[in-house]
Amino acid sequence: MLQSLFYFLSFTSIFLACMVVFAKNPVHSVLYLILTFFTIAGHYLILNAQFLALVHVVVYAGAIMVLFLFVIMLLNLNAETEPRQSMLMKFAGTIAGGCLMLVLIAVFSKANALPAAHEVNSQIGLIKNLGKILYTDYIMPFEVASILFLIAMIGAVILAKREPKAAI
Amino acid sequence: MNSIFQTVPIQHYIILSAILFSIGVIGVLTRRNAIIIFMSVEIMLNSVNLLLAAFSTYHNDAAGQIFVFFIMAVAAAEVAVGLAIIVMIYRNIHTIDINELNKLKG
Repeated sequence: MLQSLFYFLSFTSIFLACMVVFAKNPVHSVLYLILTFFTIAGHYLILNAQFLALVHVVVYAGAIMVLFLFVIMLLNLNAETEPRQSMLMKFAGTIAGGCLMLVLIAVFSKANALPAAHEVNSQIGLIKNLGKILYTDYIMPFEVASILFLIAMIGAVILAKREPKAAI
Repeated sequence: MNSIFQTVPIQHYIILSAILFSIGVIGVLTRRNAIIIFMSVEIMLNSVNLLLAAFSTYHNDAAGQIFVFFIMAVAAAEVAVGLAIIVMIYRNIHTIDINELNKLKG
Protein backbone atom coordinates (compact mmCIF):
# COMPACT_ATOMS: atom_id res chain seq x y z
CA MET A 1 0.00 0.00 0.00
CA LEU A 2 2.63 2.53 1.12
CA GLN A 3 4.95 1.24 -1.58
CA SER A 4 2.53 1.78 -4.45
CA LEU A 5 1.63 5.19 -3.01
CA PHE A 6 5.33 6.11 -2.97
CA TYR A 7 5.84 5.14 -6.61
CA PHE A 8 2.65 6.89 -7.70
CA LEU A 9 3.66 10.12 -5.92
CA SER A 10 7.21 9.88 -7.26
CA PHE A 11 6.21 9.53 -10.89
CA THR A 12 3.58 12.26 -10.51
CA SER A 13 6.04 14.69 -8.96
CA ILE A 14 8.69 14.00 -11.64
CA PHE A 15 6.12 14.46 -14.41
CA LEU A 16 4.76 17.67 -12.91
CA ALA A 17 8.26 19.06 -12.34
CA CYS A 18 9.03 18.41 -16.03
CA MET A 19 5.83 20.24 -16.93
CA VAL A 20 6.92 23.23 -14.80
CA VAL A 21 10.15 23.50 -16.78
CA PHE A 22 8.72 22.82 -20.23
CA ALA A 23 5.36 24.65 -20.10
CA LYS A 24 5.22 27.62 -22.46
CA ASN A 25 2.86 29.76 -20.38
CA PRO A 26 4.28 31.00 -17.04
CA VAL A 27 0.86 30.79 -15.37
CA HIS A 28 0.67 27.09 -16.28
CA SER A 29 4.16 26.64 -14.83
CA VAL A 30 3.02 28.11 -11.51
CA LEU A 31 -0.05 25.87 -11.40
CA TYR A 32 2.03 22.77 -12.15
CA LEU A 33 4.47 23.83 -9.44
CA ILE A 34 1.63 24.02 -6.89
CA LEU A 35 0.63 20.45 -7.81
CA THR A 36 4.28 19.37 -7.48
CA PHE A 37 4.34 20.82 -3.97
CA PHE A 38 1.20 18.88 -3.07
CA THR A 39 2.81 15.61 -4.19
CA ILE A 40 5.89 16.45 -2.10
CA ALA A 41 3.60 17.09 0.88
CA GLY A 42 2.22 13.59 0.25
CA HIS A 43 5.78 12.26 0.38
CA TYR A 44 6.23 13.93 3.78
CA LEU A 45 3.03 12.29 5.00
CA ILE A 46 4.18 8.77 4.07
CA LEU A 47 7.52 9.57 5.76
CA ASN A 48 5.66 10.20 9.05
CA ALA A 49 6.63 13.90 8.94
CA GLN A 50 3.14 15.24 9.61
CA PHE A 51 4.18 18.71 10.80
CA LEU A 52 6.44 19.20 7.79
CA ALA A 53 3.61 18.23 5.43
CA LEU A 54 1.35 20.82 7.05
CA VAL A 55 3.98 23.57 7.03
CA HIS A 56 4.91 22.71 3.44
CA VAL A 57 1.34 23.14 2.22
CA VAL A 58 0.84 26.36 4.20
CA VAL A 59 4.16 28.00 3.32
CA TYR A 60 4.71 26.83 -0.26
CA ALA A 61 1.25 26.30 -1.72
CA GLY A 62 -0.27 29.01 0.45
CA ALA A 63 2.26 31.83 0.61
CA ILE A 64 5.09 31.44 -1.91
CA MET A 65 2.97 30.36 -4.86
CA VAL A 66 0.42 33.12 -4.26
CA LEU A 67 3.34 35.55 -4.37
CA PHE A 68 4.51 34.02 -7.68
CA LEU A 69 1.01 34.21 -9.15
CA PHE A 70 0.61 37.83 -8.03
CA VAL A 71 3.89 38.85 -9.64
CA ILE A 72 3.11 36.99 -12.89
CA MET A 73 -0.31 38.60 -13.14
CA LEU A 74 1.08 42.00 -12.15
CA LEU A 75 3.66 41.83 -14.94
CA ASN A 76 1.01 40.43 -17.35
CA LEU A 77 3.16 37.53 -18.53
CA ASN A 78 1.76 34.96 -20.95
CA ALA A 79 2.88 32.62 -23.71
CA GLU A 80 3.27 35.47 -26.23
CA THR A 81 5.65 37.54 -24.11
CA GLU A 82 7.66 34.49 -23.09
CA PRO A 83 11.32 34.92 -24.19
CA ARG A 84 12.62 31.94 -26.17
CA GLN A 85 16.04 30.49 -25.57
CA SER A 86 17.97 29.51 -28.70
CA MET A 87 17.77 25.84 -29.71
CA LEU A 88 21.50 25.30 -29.14
CA MET A 89 21.34 26.66 -25.57
CA LYS A 90 18.28 24.51 -24.81
CA PHE A 91 20.06 21.44 -26.12
CA ALA A 92 23.25 22.20 -24.21
CA GLY A 93 21.35 22.90 -20.98
CA THR A 94 19.38 19.67 -21.23
CA ILE A 95 22.52 17.65 -21.93
CA ALA A 96 24.32 19.28 -18.97
CA GLY A 97 21.41 18.62 -16.62
CA GLY A 98 21.11 15.04 -17.86
CA CYS A 99 24.83 14.46 -17.25
CA LEU A 100 24.45 15.84 -13.72
CA MET A 101 21.54 13.45 -13.10
CA LEU A 102 23.53 10.46 -14.43
CA VAL A 103 26.52 11.32 -12.23
CA LEU A 104 24.38 11.80 -9.11
CA ILE A 105 22.50 8.53 -9.62
CA ALA A 106 25.69 6.61 -10.45
CA VAL A 107 27.47 7.93 -7.35
CA PHE A 108 24.65 7.38 -4.89
CA SER A 109 23.54 3.98 -6.17
CA LYS A 110 27.03 2.66 -5.39
CA ALA A 111 27.03 4.19 -1.91
CA ASN A 112 26.38 1.90 1.03
CA ALA A 113 23.69 3.47 3.20
CA LEU A 114 23.88 2.81 6.92
CA PRO A 115 21.21 0.38 8.06
CA ALA A 116 17.92 1.91 9.13
CA ALA A 117 17.19 2.56 12.78
CA HIS A 118 15.71 -0.52 14.43
CA GLU A 119 12.96 0.98 16.51
CA VAL A 120 10.42 2.90 14.44
CA ASN A 121 9.03 5.97 16.16
CA SER A 122 6.06 7.42 14.33
CA GLN A 123 5.83 10.30 16.84
CA ILE A 124 9.04 11.93 15.61
CA GLY A 125 7.40 14.28 13.12
CA LEU A 126 4.71 15.57 15.45
CA ILE A 127 4.74 19.21 16.46
CA LYS A 128 5.27 18.38 20.15
CA ASN A 129 8.53 16.54 19.52
CA LEU A 130 9.81 18.97 16.88
CA GLY A 131 8.97 22.01 18.98
CA LYS A 132 10.85 20.61 21.95
CA ILE A 133 13.97 20.09 19.83
CA LEU A 134 13.60 23.43 18.05
CA TYR A 135 13.43 25.42 21.29
CA THR A 136 16.23 23.58 23.09
CA ASP A 137 18.96 22.43 20.68
CA TYR A 138 18.24 24.83 17.82
CA ILE A 139 17.22 28.02 19.64
CA MET A 140 20.11 30.05 18.21
CA PRO A 141 19.39 29.29 14.50
CA PHE A 142 15.72 29.98 15.24
CA GLU A 143 16.52 33.50 16.48
CA VAL A 144 18.86 34.12 13.53
CA ALA A 145 16.04 33.07 11.19
CA SER A 146 13.79 35.69 12.77
CA ILE A 147 16.41 38.38 12.12
CA LEU A 148 16.70 37.12 8.53
CA PHE A 149 12.95 37.51 8.10
CA LEU A 150 13.05 41.05 9.45
CA ILE A 151 15.85 41.99 7.03
CA ALA A 152 14.06 40.30 4.11
CA MET A 153 10.84 42.14 4.92
CA ILE A 154 12.58 45.52 5.08
CA GLY A 155 14.47 44.77 1.87
CA ALA A 156 11.37 43.69 -0.03
CA VAL A 157 9.43 46.79 1.04
CA ILE A 158 12.28 49.15 0.15
CA LEU A 159 12.84 47.48 -3.24
CA ALA A 160 9.18 47.44 -4.21
CA LYS A 161 8.44 50.97 -3.00
CA ARG A 162 11.18 52.88 -4.83
CA GLU A 163 10.14 54.99 -7.81
CA PRO A 164 11.42 53.73 -11.18
CA LYS A 165 13.15 56.98 -12.21
CA ALA A 166 14.85 57.58 -8.88
CA ALA A 167 16.52 54.17 -9.06
CA ILE A 168 19.06 54.98 -11.74
CA MET B 1 4.71 -0.07 13.64
CA ASN B 2 5.13 0.00 9.87
CA SER B 3 7.67 2.23 8.20
CA ILE B 4 7.99 3.10 4.52
CA PHE B 5 11.57 1.82 4.59
CA GLN B 6 10.46 -1.78 5.14
CA THR B 7 9.23 -1.83 1.53
CA VAL B 8 10.98 1.04 -0.28
CA PRO B 9 14.80 1.24 -0.06
CA ILE B 10 16.41 4.58 0.76
CA GLN B 11 18.16 4.47 -2.64
CA HIS B 12 14.84 5.14 -4.33
CA TYR B 13 14.45 8.36 -2.37
CA ILE B 14 17.97 9.35 -3.36
CA ILE B 15 17.21 8.68 -7.03
CA LEU B 16 13.94 10.62 -6.84
CA SER B 17 15.71 13.59 -5.28
CA ALA B 18 18.53 13.43 -7.85
CA ILE B 19 15.99 13.45 -10.70
CA LEU B 20 14.04 16.38 -9.24
CA PHE B 21 17.27 18.31 -8.62
CA SER B 22 18.39 17.73 -12.21
CA ILE B 23 15.04 18.89 -13.54
CA GLY B 24 15.56 22.10 -11.56
CA VAL B 25 19.06 22.50 -13.02
CA ILE B 26 17.71 21.96 -16.55
CA GLY B 27 15.06 24.61 -15.88
CA VAL B 28 17.67 27.13 -14.74
CA LEU B 29 19.85 26.42 -17.77
CA THR B 30 17.20 26.34 -20.50
CA ARG B 31 14.72 29.08 -19.59
CA ARG B 32 15.15 32.84 -20.01
CA ASN B 33 12.21 34.03 -17.93
CA ALA B 34 13.53 35.09 -14.51
CA ILE B 35 10.39 33.90 -12.70
CA ILE B 36 10.61 30.40 -14.22
CA ILE B 37 14.25 30.29 -13.10
CA PHE B 38 13.09 31.11 -9.57
CA MET B 39 10.56 28.30 -9.73
CA SER B 40 13.26 25.87 -10.88
CA VAL B 41 15.35 26.90 -7.86
CA GLU B 42 12.32 26.12 -5.68
CA ILE B 43 12.15 22.62 -7.22
CA MET B 44 15.84 22.10 -6.37
CA LEU B 45 15.30 23.26 -2.77
CA ASN B 46 12.33 20.93 -2.45
CA SER B 47 14.26 17.90 -3.68
CA VAL B 48 16.89 18.56 -1.01
CA ASN B 49 14.17 18.99 1.62
CA LEU B 50 12.61 15.69 0.62
CA LEU B 51 15.91 13.84 0.98
CA LEU B 52 16.58 15.45 4.38
CA ALA B 53 13.15 14.37 5.62
CA ALA B 54 13.67 10.86 4.22
CA PHE B 55 16.99 10.43 6.03
CA SER B 56 15.49 11.93 9.17
CA THR B 57 12.85 9.18 9.20
CA TYR B 58 15.39 6.56 8.11
CA HIS B 59 17.70 7.23 11.06
CA ASN B 60 14.87 8.09 13.45
CA ASP B 61 16.40 11.49 14.17
CA ALA B 62 14.32 14.66 14.25
CA ALA B 63 17.23 17.02 13.47
CA GLY B 64 16.75 16.49 9.73
CA GLN B 65 13.18 17.75 9.94
CA ILE B 66 14.37 20.85 11.82
CA PHE B 67 16.79 21.53 8.98
CA VAL B 68 13.93 21.24 6.48
CA PHE B 69 12.04 23.77 8.57
CA PHE B 70 14.94 26.24 8.40
CA ILE B 71 15.38 25.71 4.66
CA MET B 72 11.70 26.54 4.17
CA ALA B 73 12.13 29.74 6.20
CA VAL B 74 15.16 30.82 4.16
CA ALA B 75 13.36 29.93 0.90
CA ALA B 76 10.40 32.09 1.87
CA ALA B 77 12.67 35.07 2.61
CA GLU B 78 14.59 34.47 -0.63
CA VAL B 79 11.41 34.42 -2.71
CA ALA B 80 10.10 37.63 -1.14
CA VAL B 81 13.30 39.56 -1.88
CA GLY B 82 13.81 37.92 -5.29
CA LEU B 83 10.35 38.74 -6.54
CA ALA B 84 10.73 42.33 -5.31
CA ILE B 85 13.94 42.54 -7.35
CA ILE B 86 12.17 41.09 -10.40
CA VAL B 87 9.37 43.66 -10.12
CA MET B 88 12.03 46.38 -9.83
CA ILE B 89 13.83 45.10 -12.96
CA TYR B 90 10.54 45.02 -14.86
CA ARG B 91 9.81 48.63 -13.90
CA ASN B 92 13.20 49.72 -15.19
CA ILE B 93 13.67 47.77 -18.43
CA HIS B 94 10.10 46.46 -19.08
CA THR B 95 11.15 42.85 -19.53
CA ILE B 96 12.32 40.00 -17.32
CA ASP B 97 14.28 38.26 -20.04
CA ILE B 98 17.62 37.48 -18.37
CA ASN B 99 19.49 38.00 -21.65
CA GLU B 100 18.51 41.69 -21.49
CA LEU B 101 20.13 42.05 -18.06
CA ASN B 102 23.56 42.89 -19.48
CA LYS B 103 24.02 46.40 -18.06
CA LEU B 104 26.90 45.20 -15.90
CA LYS B 105 28.70 43.65 -18.86
CA GLY B 106 32.03 45.37 -19.55
